[in-house]
Amino acid sequence: MSRSFSKIQGYTFSGLTLLASLVIVAMLGVIVWNIFINGYGTLSWGFFTRAPEQGMTAGGIFPAIFGTVALVILMTIAVVPLGVLTAVYLHEYAKPDSVIARLVRAAVGNLAGVPSIVFGLFGLGFFVHFVGGGIDKLFYPGEVAWGQPAIIWAALTLAVLTLPVVIVSTEEALRAVPNEYREASYALGGSKWLTIRKIVLPHSVPGILTGAILAVGRGAGEVAPIMFTGAAYFLPYLPSKLNDQFMELGYHIFVMSTQSPDVEKTKPILYGTVLVLLILTFILNLLAILIRSKIRTAQRRAR
Amino acid sequence: MQRDGNQKELKLSGSDITKDRHNRVLKDKEEIVPSVEKEASSRKLKMETQNLNFYYGTAQALKNVNLPIRENHITALIGPSGCGKSTFIRTLNRMNDIIPGIRIEGKVLLDGIDIYREDIDLSALRRKVGMVFQKSNPFPKSIFENVAYGLRIGGVKNKNILEEVVEKALKDAALWEEVKDKLHTSSLDISGGQQQRVCIARALAIEPEVILMDEPASALDPISTGKIEELILDLKRDYTIVIVTHNMQQSARISDYTGFFLLGELVEFDQTSKIFTNPKDRRTEDYVTGRFG
Repeated sequence: MSRSFSKIQGYTFSGLTLLASLVIVAMLGVIVWNIFINGYGTLSWGFFTRAPEQGMTAGGIFPAIFGTVALVILMTIAVVPLGVLTAVYLHEYAKPDSVIARLVRAAVGNLAGVPSIVFGLFGLGFFVHFVGGGIDKLFYPGEVAWGQPAIIWAALTLAVLTLPVVIVSTEEALRAVPNEYREASYALGGSKWLTIRKIVLPHSVPGILTGAILAVGRGAGEVAPIMFTGAAYFLPYLPSKLNDQFMELGYHIFVMSTQSPDVEKTKPILYGTVLVLLILTFILNLLAILIRSKIRTAQRRAR
Repeated sequence: MQRDGNQKELKLSGSDITKDRHNRVLKDKEEIVPSVEKEASSRKLKMETQNLNFYYGTAQALKNVNLPIRENHITALIGPSGCGKSTFIRTLNRMNDIIPGIRIEGKVLLDGIDIYREDIDLSALRRKVGMVFQKSNPFPKSIFENVAYGLRIGGVKNKNILEEVVEKALKDAALWEEVKDKLHTSSLDISGGQQQRVCIARALAIEPEVILMDEPASALDPISTGKIEELILDLKRDYTIVIVTHNMQQSARISDYTGFFLLGELVEFDQTSKIFTNPKDRRTEDYVTGRFG
């Protein structure tokens, strides 16, 4: 009696684990399916090349795509050097148990756990008001040139948000460089700096690239950090200067779903935009995975 | 007087490799001296350790090692695993310096100069005392770039010089004939034995005076091992060689002098023939006759 009961318990439990796993797959499936079915019809050449028209009930999303691309490029320019330098310091120069290294690691870990809306508020307070406002006070007295939401501040805010991603994957790449390479370089008279420049960093490029792509994928999908720091509801022009505002896919989705004058008319465009954003992030993640698996096989071969 | 000259050479900066080569050519000429003198100079001590103690943290890995390394001879270091022979060989070009928490006492002399002196230029030292590792570790670059690496980081940019040196080094490493048509393929696409010879060529390219080899053939098949051994015997003419080996037959085959290490101590050091036929210490005898280790 009790034995068969425990048997039933066992079956139930294993069934539950399977069910839980399937729920996750089903969720993803439903989301993707729903978006694809409803958004597919909207995708057209005009959708990609035109600006929103008639209060976002017609037209395309070109300015949002343009703004997103510009944003993540600026973000990458800011985050990759900073992240790579930090990772090189942590892995190549700092002693593993030094106070600074531990402090940096704790900071990186905590940075990764901060909610993105906090980054948005931080960006507004620090970059827009403190840095931007400071620049205005110094160089443009009486004017507002930099002390306002702008693409540069949004990009920098996103850079802070994605910094942990770049640091962690760069460190992983540095760790994957066999110590034998470093020793060989030292034994041939290479200094630490030359060894890092000629051997360690070139060998880590794919890993650094993976980190950059993951950061871009993460950054492209974030809305909260850019809401207060530079993204605009609607702009009749494309951003051309660093202190211009810009439109962005994620924010555009938010705006269309909350501020539309005609919900029914906006719906297909909304779905189309979501599909575009989804495809964009999927492609970026896929790229990162491909590069990573390529490095792994290359490294296996090197052993 | 001579000390000073040597000091200067140790402090050579990176861009002086070609000049260094030039000096070597001159030095070779100076060595055309009466045969009696030559005989004496060929027994000259190239390197020497004096009361060398080595600690990893609190664990002592080397105990009071006094070992002479004679110029243009092969000195083999044998002993069971963990006896300190690898640690020892790595003190000779300060490769241990990268390991955190080490401490060293005593002296390691190269041409009479203590290489642990404060003002020693590590890069210059390691160009003089080259090293080949147990696990062949070519860079994931082409064969050519591997061999040219030492020159490139030394600041040599001239393509003709690079090509000339790479060819010479590969010839000296007995690899030229096998790879001359694929210099620009990845060094990871050739056999293990060839990879190890690329590493040897890479060490030869910067014309060191001493070459340290840490079990260079232990991961290779017998045929590749044979080739490497032949090569080492050839290199003796131009270089002073220190080799760590697990393989006692190998030591007996190629070395002139053998040191037997046990638990961080240099138990016995003598001519190889004496170590293997008539060792003075009981422990050496037990080891070379295969009673333990």
